[in-house]
Amino acid sequence: MPLRAFVPWWFNIKMSIIKPYLRLSGLEPLIVRPETNFINVGERTNVTGSKMFARLIREGQYEAALAVARQQVENGAQVIDVNMDDALLDGVQAMTTFLNLVQSEPDIAKIPIMIDSSKFEIIEAGLKCVQGKCIVNSISMKEGEEKFIEQAFICKSYGASVIVMAFDEVGQADTKNRKVEICKRAYKILTEQVGYAPQDIIFDPNIFAIATGIEEHNNYAVDFIEATREIKKLMPLTKVSGGVSNVSFSFRGNEHVREAIHSVFLFHAIKAGMDMGIVNAGQLVVYDEIEPTLRNLCEDVILNRNNDNNEATEKMIAFAETVKAKGKEVVKDENWRKESVESRLSHSLVNGITDYIDADTEEARLKYPKPLDVIEGPLMDGMNVVGDLFGSGKMFLPQVVKSARVMKKAVAVLTPFIEQEKEERKKENQLAGAATEETSGAAKILLATVKGDVHDIGKNIVGVVLGCNGYDIIDLGVMVPTEKILETAVKEKVDIIGLSGLITPSLDEMVHVAHEMKRRDIKLPLLIGGATTSRMHTAVKIAPQYDEGVVHVLDASRSVTVAGSLLSKEQKPAFLQSIKAEYDKLAEDFGNKKSTKQYVTFAEAQQNGAVIDWTNFNPVTPAFTGTKVLNNYDLAEIAEYIDWQPFFIAWEMHGKFPAILTDSVIGVEATKLYNDAKKLLQQVIDEKWLSAKGVVGFWPANKIDHDTIDVDNNSEIIKLEFLRQQIKKTAGQPNLSLADFIAPAEQNYQDHIGAFSVTIQGIDAHTKNFEANHDDYNKIILQALADRLAEAFAELLHKKTRTEYWGYVSEENLTNEQLIKEEYPGIRPAPGYPACPDHTEKYKLFNLLGGEEATGIHLTESLAMYPASSVCGWYFAHPESKYFGVGKIEKDQLADYANRKGMSIDDTTRWLRPVLE
Amino acid sequence: MKTLQDCLKDRILIIDGAMGTMIQRHKLDEKDYRGERFKDWHTDVKGNNDLLSITQPQIIESIHKQYLEAGADIIETNTFSSTSIAQADYDMQSLAYELNVASAKCARNAADEYTAKNPDKPRFVAGAIGPLNKTLSLSPDVNNPGFRAVTFDEVATAYTEQINGLVDGGVDIILIETIFDTLNAKAAIYATINFFKTRQSSIQSSGFPPPPGEIEGALPIMISGTITDASGRTLSGQTLEAFYVSVMHANPLSIGLNCALGASEMRPHIEELSQIAGCYTSAYPNAGLPNAFGEYDEQPHETAHIIEEWAKEGFVNIVGGCCGTTPDHIKHIAEEVSKFKPRELPVIEEALA
Repeated sequence: MPLRAFVPWWFNIKMSIIKPYLRLSGLEPLIVRPETNFINVGERTNVTGSKMFARLIREGQYEAALAVARQQVENGAQVIDVNMDDALLDGVQAMTTFLNLVQSEPDIAKIPIMIDSSKFEIIEAGLKCVQGKCIVNSISMKEGEEKFIEQAFICKSYGASVIVMAFDEVGQADTKNRKVEICKRAYKILTEQVGYAPQDIIFDPNIFAIATGIEEHNNYAVDFIEATREIKKLMPLTKVSGGVSNVSFSFRGNEHVREAIHSVFLFHAIKAGMDMGIVNAGQLVVYDEIEPTLRNLCEDVILNRNNDNNEATEKMIAFAETVKAKGKEVVKDENWRKESVESRLSHSLVNGITDYIDADTEEARLKYPKPLDVIEGPLMDGMNVVGDLFGSGKMFLPQVVKSARVMKKAVAVLTPFIEQEKEERKKENQLAGAATEETSGAAKILLATVKGDVHDIGKNIVGVVLGCNGYDIIDLGVMVPTEKILETAVKEKVDIIGLSGLITPSLDEMVHVAHEMKRRDIKLPLLIGGATTSRMHTAVKIAPQYDEGVVHVLDASRSVTVAGSLLSKEQKPAFLQSIKAEYDKLAEDFGNKKSTKQYVTFAEAQQNGAVIDWTNFNPVTPAFTGTKVLNNYDLAEIAEYIDWQPFFIAWEMHGKFPAILTDSVIGVEATKLYNDAKKLLQQVIDEKWLSAKGVVGFWPANKIDHDTIDVDNNSEIIKLEFLRQQIKKTAGQPNLSLADFIAPAEQNYQDHIGAFSVTIQGIDAHTKNFEANHDDYNKIILQALADRLAEAFAELLHKKTRTEYWGYVSEENLTNEQLIKEEYPGIRPAPGYPACPDHTEKYKLFNLLGGEEATGIHLTESLAMYPASSVCGWYFAHPESKYFGVGKIEKDQLADYANRKGMSIDDTTRWLRPVLE
Repeated sequence: MKTLQDCLKDRILIIDGAMGTMIQRHKLDEKDYRGERFKDWHTDVKGNNDLLSITQPQIIESIHKQYLEAGADIIETNTFSSTSIAQADYDMQSLAYELNVASAKCARNAADEYTAKNPDKPRFVAGAIGPLNKTLSLSPDVNNPGFRAVTFDEVATAYTEQINGLVDGGVDIILIETIFDTLNAKAAIYATINFFKTRQSSIQSSGFPPPPGEIEGALPIMISGTITDASGRTLSGQTLEAFYVSVMHANPLSIGLNCALGASEMRPHIEELSQIAGCYTSAYPNAGLPNAFGEYDEQPHETAHIIEEWAKEGFVNIVGGCCGTTPDHIKHIAEEVSKFKPRELPVIEEALA
């Protein structure tokens, strides 16, 4: 008989084995294996343990509270403990809100949650918010077996592991024997009556404070450690956990001693079998690195050795007195000044320090044979370090721009010498009769904001970043006609053209540039960037116009790699091919998607407008009709209304304000940027660099047709035309048009509409000054600040309109945060934005406000406002008025709208393109 | 007669294919959906496929029979959206219980007819519990990530009503499927556990207490999640293993994947699941990925060929089809996998050593 017959049938099948490990999950699994060692449970998201966290929750600052959670994850917490037991808090509400928010933060939600409360209703509220497998902390038999079983069953039906506290009807267990007895009893009930798997049971045998001076407390740590050993022997699949910071409670205020005690306690408890503990993950010291005296004292108090008559305790207390918690003071480290000139230059570049750059550059110039060698040597080396750090995410945009400032200053020192050298060489060459052509090595990139658009902060940042990476930047500025872009490109022999734009008509202008490039047979790659641009628009509209490579660049940090790929002969073909494949796919998907949305006819949409009960509405008459001009408005008052979040976004730093200032990754740099911005803002205010001008006006208005509003401007009737949503809505949802928010004429009372414009003037002289000083950093801060001031002024005017000028709100006490969240009645939509996407209605708005003369704002041919830091909009006062997006409209509405506006279909199509496709 | 558990030890079981695809073939109009009973209903009801179990039960039953004829061992009730929450789209919240009873009966009748024809191949009815149109882990408002359109309690209540209808209509299995938000599935598990627990305390005990943690008279639970894209995660962001860990407490008969992916995209995930799952595994993929027109065009022999390889590798215990699959797909799959042994359950150890 062949041997094979004896091989059992299952021998060749991969037999899996499933071990009885504790398994937990957030977005990712956490499997507690024997080799897992100790599980750190983050303790800072606990209102009873962290004063800061408690304050944040009480004040409803959930964004900052999330940052606390994130910080723990980054410090190595494998589970986070969340506790909302505070007499001043609605615990159920706070737990629900916080855990819901945690679920939307993948970097926190990836780890499991420990839901911690002494109130079971809060625990259950928490269990209802978390998709992963949680730990409940805790349940116990203090209210008897029946309640214990009931609560355990509920925890099991949510799939949670449970921490059982060693607590019974008699009280909390303090000796080893009581701890073990209670845990054994709970284990039997949970496994036999509730059906808990042993590995899902975690015991907390109570860690109590030691070295309190009370003799009965001296053995508490030993009791815990020995109970742990026994529990793990009797019930090996269960886990043991505890709140570690309790043990050192009598040394509070002395972090140095507490950290040492925790570390020594854990060293012994983990050896006895403790699996997890609630600790401040960022603050554990390494056992081996504790100074020997302190470590020995810790061992004595924890293990209750040499402790007759509290001897060890007394020694520990005496020692603790000598260890003053040393405040950490920041000493400015100037050691780098002692190093070589090359490393000093590099240090200045990486750290953005301008203090010594002139002297150091001069020193280097004298050391090197030629001034150009300084640029190509130490300066470029330093910038390469900057580029590498930025590329690997260790530096952020504001730092890079500061580095560029240092670089530019250094180059400025060298330039006269380089020029001088050139001149000399020229003379020598002329004497020798040779050709005088200078060849330049660096690749050239042309940047321009397209015709009709005035926004350039993003483009300036891209210019700086590319400049830092050794490219020669030709920046044509704003409102640059296609002709000028293409002529310059040819004349200057540039290698790449980059276009920027912020308002929607710029998209068409970019299509036009691409089209012209093809017609003129230009072969340069074209980069597209700016807030209104997108990969989709680039793929669908721009790329098909031009075959030599069109790439959408999301932000400044991407521009470097894109430029690098396009300028490398080896990489370019593959890079462009992959971009083309990606865009073709996008365009195809776009084509497929188009048909899936359903639209109603324009007539149907008009019949389904917002239903507003006008009969019970009392419109308020504004304090005046006509306009009011506000010149030189107080900048300090405006500054109070600044929303800082978009300021950081302009710097490609994404995150909520003010949480961004304490963000563990970018917080330090964000704070520096914020401080620099505040400083410059104060200077702007004190020295009156800028002036704010605003116009606000109100006019009698009524809706005379579905989407048309008649405005009475001193008996001259101006018709405002609006667009209406045409997408098919679910039953009961209206197809909105802004016109719906103005009372119809047949109501027999007079409704009103308002309009405003604000602008910040006087920036050009100062940006030129900064340019002259090679200070792009402050130039960009100033531009971004001017934008923020314009928006803040709009917010301030809107508030005055609600409470004073129009006065439809009698009292208003909103914080700046509430204002930013628009927690007030009424809206201020701007022509060209989603609720009224037709930019050409801006003509009517500006005519009503008194034109360029009154407003101080010039409208470009694309209807961008100049100065760039300007805002305008309509005021609607009705409490049901709200922001919405018109979305796509159909041909029937287009025709009707063109007819109403008296524009040709072609013109209307051009202006409304973003909502037509 | 063999129980479901007996059959699972014997062979790879076949679950049916798409219901919606088959209903589409009937090209029903609004009048057909309404039937006599809802002829004056105040909203449009076309597209409410679950309603057909009441207004056109003969169509639903005939679809079930086509799948049974193709070789399905388990058929799913036509109840994907039969909850008060999902039916609110048609203002038919109050019909939720009745829809489940009606659908369960359609499937029960069909299954019993085929079991009677061939008692050696008993057929089972799985009461299908869908994912809902509202999710518990995700905010519908991007500006307010803490907001939820629905609460855990509301979801659990809606599912309890659905389970009640399914059980009263006579299903054999509770199938929680197409899970893209694990928390919704946890609400369904919570509802199932508590439904049977409440029922247990209200019925006479048989005298033999159930094993610890198990509830007397409780139906087995099948769980089937949905991996939405190449990231290998659910829509709510969990990895496959995290998802499995999060639903293990249901003590499911099987864990598996369905929908969103075609068989070839689903393969690595099924392989992973087959290694980590302590219970049986199931998989019913779509008929490939949708083409440019949103249609599924993977042919029956193509789907079957991929699934055959899973059977050969020992990844699966229950296989079938989801969107775009037809009785023809099921017939091909059944034929291909019949040659292979089912996946062996792993050894569950009770000690760490």
